[in-house]
Amino acid sequence: MNITVKLFASFRTGRFDIESGDYPAGATVADVADSLKLPRTELGIMMVNNRHVKLDRPLEEGDTLALFPLLGGG
Amino acid sequence: MDTLPGFVRDYADGQLLPWIRQVEAAERFGATLAQVEEVALERGSLPARYQRNRSAIPVDDQLTLFRSCVAVIGCGGLGGYVVEELARLGVGRIVVIDPDIFEEHNLNRQLFSSTANLGRAKVEAAFERIGAVNPAVTLLPLQTAFSPENGADLLAGCQIAVDALDSIQVRLELGAVCNQLKIPLVHGAIAGWFGHVTTQFPGDNTLEIIYRSWEAGKGIEQSLGNPSFTPAVVASLEVAEVCKLLLGRGTPLRRRQMIIDLFSMEVNVIDLLDETGGE
Repeated sequence: MNITVKLFASFRTGRFDIESGDYPAGATVADVADSLKLPRTELGIMMVNNRHVKLDRPLEEGDTLALFPLLGGG
Repeated sequence: MDTLPGFVRDYADGQLLPWIRQVEAAERFGATLAQVEEVALERGSLPARYQRNRSAIPVDDQLTLFRSCVAVIGCGGLGGYVVEELARLGVGRIVVIDPDIFEEHNLNRQLFSSTANLGRAKVEAAFERIGAVNPAVTLLPLQTAFSPENGADLLAGCQIAVDALDSIQVRLELGAVCNQLKIPLVHGAIAGWFGHVTTQFPGDNTLEIIYRSWEAGKGIEQSLGNPSFTPAVVASLEVAEVCKLLLGRGTPLRRRQMIIDLFSMEVNVIDLLDETGGE
């Protein structure tokens, strides 16, 4: 299935800003993050089609997944 | 002329009150600079230091700010700029909470840090700085760590809390305490070139949404650090939120999160909605 992935902030380094890719049917947010070698501990906001989701959310054909790193500094 | 209101009337009624007159009035009538400021603002006289606030903040709004109390939790990168800007804005009471002392690695970005202040309490340096910048503002320095146990006491009497912490755990605890006290929380966080800002209104669980996937430890600031400019940007956005909330004007970032990328120079504002369509 085709998923559009948008990366933000430090996740872009060595990867991309936005890219469409083929993922196996039933792939979850976690599967995509893992395939991009995004460390689980760095994952902050995750959105599918502009709605906040969790790691175990299964994706569907045509979804847009946006991934933001976790920021906590002050 | 023999009373404080009379003095203000004679020197500045409906106009600007110069600093030199504010000091003179305090001395002559045995009043604090804060008391003189309040009398002046009540009479429609703007202390001259605020004259460039004027089109954005008319004199009656300036009085509202003067009678406001804001808590700033954390007095490091974000907190230093937040406290400075609140004091220059004319927020009358500022409670600053931070247990730490200044260390050398703070010098690249923390406004109140200086070589002379190394080893000194951050809130003590804040107190001195604000005393020099705007002595009409009352700053309460609390050298202690915010916790769920002491949080309600520390924030007592404050209308708004500003999150300038560096711990996600404590941020979540602060969000819960603010909801318990039914006060808004202006939240900002930074890492490297990046930051975000939002405002949690009472009853919203905004902090829980933002950090729903957090389990332990720090964010990417652990590896990216924080350069000088990111805290200044995010702190300024937080103060703009505070100003609007205190004055009841403008559109705050309620259930919205502004995400700032200073490397790509992109700003995104996203809705904080989960898949059920609510929070």
